[in-house]
Amino acid sequence: MMTTTENIKQEAVANNNAPVIVIKDLKKGFGNRIVLNGFSIELKRGESLVILGKSGSGKSVLIKCIIGLLQADSGTIEVLGKNIDRLDHKHMDELRSHIGFLFQSNALYDSMTIRQNLQFPMRRHLGDLSREEVNRRVIETLTNVGLAQTVDMMPSELSGGMQKRVALARALILNPEIILYDEPTTGLDPITGREISKLMTDIQHKYRTSSIIISHDMNCVKRTADRIALLVNGVCYALGTYDELSTSDDENIKQFFE
Amino acid sequence: MKIATSIRSFLSETGSVARFVYRYLQELLSPRYEVRQFIRQCFIIGYNSLPLIGVTGFIMGLVLTMQLRPTLLTYGVVSKLPVMVSLAIVREIGPVISALIFAGKISSSMGAELGSMKVTEQIDAMEVSGTNPFKYLIVTRVLAATLMLPVLTIMSDAIGLYGSYLGVNIRDHTSLNLYFFEVFNTLHFGDVLPAIIKTFFFGFAIGIIGCYKGYNSSKGTEGVGRAANSAVVISSVAVFIIDLLAVQITDVLGLN
Repeated sequence: MMTTTENIKQEAVANNNAPVIVIKDLKKGFGNRIVLNGFSIELKRGESLVILGKSGSGKSVLIKCIIGLLQADSGTIEVLGKNIDRLDHKHMDELRSHIGFLFQSNALYDSMTIRQNLQFPMRRHLGDLSREEVNRRVIETLTNVGLAQTVDMMPSELSGGMQKRVALARALILNPEIILYDEPTTGLDPITGREISKLMTDIQHKYRTSSIIISHDMNCVKRTADRIALLVNGVCYALGTYDELSTSDDENIKQFFE
Repeated sequence: MKIATSIRSFLSETGSVARFVYRYLQELLSPRYEVRQFIRQCFIIGYNSLPLIGVTGFIMGLVLTMQLRPTLLTYGVVSKLPVMVSLAIVREIGPVISALIFAGKISSSMGAELGSMKVTEQIDAMEVSGTNPFKYLIVTRVLAATLMLPVLTIMSDAIGLYGSYLGVNIRDHTSLNLYFFEVFNTLHFGDVLPAIIKTFFFGFAIGIIGCYKGYNSSKGTEGVGRAANSAVVISSVAVFIIDLLAVQITDVLGLN
């Protein structure tokens, strides 16, 4: 009998041109406040899609719905051909092993070393790996983000930019097909922000990932976006490339590019 | 109006705690079992609390002996000092003082640690990494607290009785053998067992309240502080309430 991982991989190969994420008419509210009000979008394979919107417009809620941290009120989310609403806990965890998530606050486990932080998802998803293989992948992934020397340090000993890189390494450790970035450059100085943006594009090419990036840092957006979706009043207000949107006459769009 | 709101909020919180306990029991019994993390928590919660609880137990035994001696001397029954102190320590003071110290140390740290993990999205990161955070963080901590407090209480009782022995020897002279012969001659299973059994409930209450407060803390540093503070206060009060119920039950069973 075929395992779910093999299933997902084979389907992905078979549908190489199919979108990796399809969101249809997504609605999500908290109490009386409606955050997402019929949001629809598709993420193509290998694409880097930036979701742009004001603070509190529901960008983070959107990617938390995609990863299953929040439950949508209605609408459908298909990730790698699987409708996440219909997945039980076990299969959702299985699907999550194909998705990397970079948290806004990095979310590194502060009671663990960097090595243990990176080992954590591997031990959970790939429990049968040998200790040598686990260590090899930890060092390899840290080397890819330029921080192999920090492997036995604690997260509190690292600067904000270094923590972001380690968090990115943790998101990459399972070789995910999709990476979701929640405001990757927020709180970083412009130089470090540029370095992280460059790292994101490098990773995109090296690991051949598809990504959704939540950001309102226009430097990061310009550097990383293949397409930009504008989230206004809970819906996808505009969708296009950086050049298309930055030359738009629409006031709602222009204000982001001024 | 204000009273109605307070009552509603109290009932809502109680319902929320009940659901939390129900979820704990569900997750406790279903695999996967986080054995490694449970052992780690036993070490942190149990072993690391031993010095504090040991010192407190020792001081309680010593002080209680020195305070009781003049009164017993007045009635000419100073030889009954080991009897009185051992009953007081084993039946009541040992379990309750250990539980209160445990609540102060463990419940607050659980509230603060889980609260800050929530604020910094570490709990979400765990879920994304294919781990059930409730099982990994809550079940292991509550189970460790439930099982470690009885062990700590037994140790605290033993250290307290030794402190009492030293207290007796400050003014009088008695051998360790004679002192403990008197102690064991006095104590019955009816004294020891209910006292130990109630510490399981103390440990469970302390663990579940600390975890509940931390896991449900509101965002921001203020929320974390409030979670740690209310975890200590509520779990300390819970210890006394459980103690009160335990005394009533042992009384009905004729064990008092």
